[in-house]
Amino acid sequence: METIMIILIGVLVTVATYFILSKNVIRIILGTALLSHAVHMLILTIGEVKKGEAPILGTDGSTYTDALPQALILTAIVIGFAVTAFVLVLAFRTYKTNGTDNLEEMRGDDYE
Amino acid sequence: MNSMNSAVFPIIVPLFFAILLMFAPTQRVYQKIVATIGILSTLSMSVFVLQKVHTDGAQVVTFGSWQAPFGITMVADSISTLFVTAASLVTLFIIWYSFTAIDREREGNYYYAVVLLMLVGVNGAFTTGDLFNLFVFFEVFLMASYLLSVLGGTKQQLKESLKYMFINVFASALFVIGVAMLYAVVGTLNMADISVRVTQLEQPAIVTAISVVLFIVFAFKAALFPFFFWLPSAYSAPPIPIMALFGALLTKVGVYSILRTYTLLFPLDTTFTHTLLMILGIATMVVGCIGALASWNVVKIIIYNIFIAVGLLIYSISLFNEESFAGMLYYTVHDMLIKAALFLLVGLLVYVTGTQQLRQMGGILTRYPTFAWTFFIAILCIAGIPPFSGFIGKMLIVKGGFASGHIAGSIWVLFSSLIVLWSMIRIFIYAFWSKEGRFETVPKPTYVKMLVPTVTLVALCVAYGIFSSVVWPYVQDGAKLLMDPTLYSQFVLKGVK
Repeated sequence: METIMIILIGVLVTVATYFILSKNVIRIILGTALLSHAVHMLILTIGEVKKGEAPILGTDGSTYTDALPQALILTAIVIGFAVTAFVLVLAFRTYKTNGTDNLEEMRGDDYE
Repeated sequence: MNSMNSAVFPIIVPLFFAILLMFAPTQRVYQKIVATIGILSTLSMSVFVLQKVHTDGAQVVTFGSWQAPFGITMVADSISTLFVTAASLVTLFIIWYSFTAIDREREGNYYYAVVLLMLVGVNGAFTTGDLFNLFVFFEVFLMASYLLSVLGGTKQQLKESLKYMFINVFASALFVIGVAMLYAVVGTLNMADISVRVTQLEQPAIVTAISVVLFIVFAFKAALFPFFFWLPSAYSAPPIPIMALFGALLTKVGVYSILRTYTLLFPLDTTFTHTLLMILGIATMVVGCIGALASWNVVKIIIYNIFIAVGLLIYSISLFNEESFAGMLYYTVHDMLIKAALFLLVGLLVYVTGTQQLRQMGGILTRYPTFAWTFFIAILCIAGIPPFSGFIGKMLIVKGGFASGHIAGSIWVLFSSLIVLWSMIRIFIYAFWSKEGRFETVPKPTYVKMLVPTVTLVALCVAYGIFSSVVWPYVQDGAKLLMDPTLYSQFVLKGVK
């Protein structure tokens, strides 16, 4: 199971890298979103995808799945969500002010 | 006051005042008063913790009374409290300077609240004893820095903060990957526990690989050689006080994290990792030297000087002996203070001349003598001329380099100091000496209000150099701690078998 997950994560990271290297701002944001999906799945995978009960006391079972990675993912998801919301609004404002969503046209430095 | 939990005071106090500041964003008097009280109480808390750590040993707080590897631990040892105190001190001066330097529109949009929140993140990152918690505090100050870098919404700021955000989102994803892999190998996130378990592992190769992943993350934050490309444009977009805050604090968090990971977590394959650190540190200094000499923009010259300092600090970490660690701690505090002072000085320079181009300036010495001589003293401080603050740190690092047999590296450090002096003296010669250049008509009271915090900060830098024996015991404690990571795990994992 872990092998399949790792391959899937690898594919996600590949696609994310390809997107991040493009010129379009929205594509880059999609790339970062895919990258964070890959990262969250990686945390889940390293916690060993073994069979066990959901980590809730009261479900009868002798083994439970590791509860720590789930807490880490929950934190990382919320942080990623906030950052993505901010970057989307920032991209919108940049598009309205600078009149372009192409990073090639956002080069240069007015002070240089 | 329950002094048991003193380690978390420098984090909770600015957080509390940041929340207070959010209630009345447009009341300018309220904002200034609360921000001043907030930063002063943070600073006094930091000094209190620094004193307590020196007398009673490191302060460890484990939230919710969970035992050390299971709960989140906050550790205030002599290294982290020294950095926390320096960060709070720098923020105090930047807030003071902001009272006049930041325009009303930015002031009314939660400026002071976000500055304090950034201090929360920075202090938290210095104090935490848990790797994932370090990630969370990184995100806290990064989120605040995103907001500060875009606050005001000029064209330049918008496009530069977009790039700054993309770089940091990528680096944060890499950080989580590193944490996840380390958790898979050692099965814990507590730094003290990791440092114990890493030594018991049979496979040092995978740990070395993970250490390099984490190194890349922190190198992005600290702007080390191949990962520095985002910094010059990202830092030159926002207004001067924000630039000073970034330049003084943010890269130092990256340096601190590298210091902690390579002394505490990964002390196994030191020949490989320390060669890597040394090469990248020296390469960063080279980049900084080239940039500082090539630029004709006063802000850019200071920004490239950040590289030289960061490279020097990484080089001193790679030397791994007690002398170079003491020099490194001493130099980090000096560098936070002097970089903030230089940014404030350059802000004043840009304010009175109305340009960032060095070629258009001239003749400031005759019009503003106090400002000119303060600038000159700051140049002597940053170059490391003996009675001033840059000297002792650099001397210890160079001595440490000679002791470890890295003679070429130490000579390069001395040579880079010459280039720092040259790049700064160039500003002095062109802007202060030569014939009259551009000038704006500046109201005298505003000029004085901006000059007073700047002069005070430079005076503090001078005092830090002259009365260095006051700081020396704290630095010595820190260097001892860095040399022996078992001390750290002993006082964190007290009572756990």
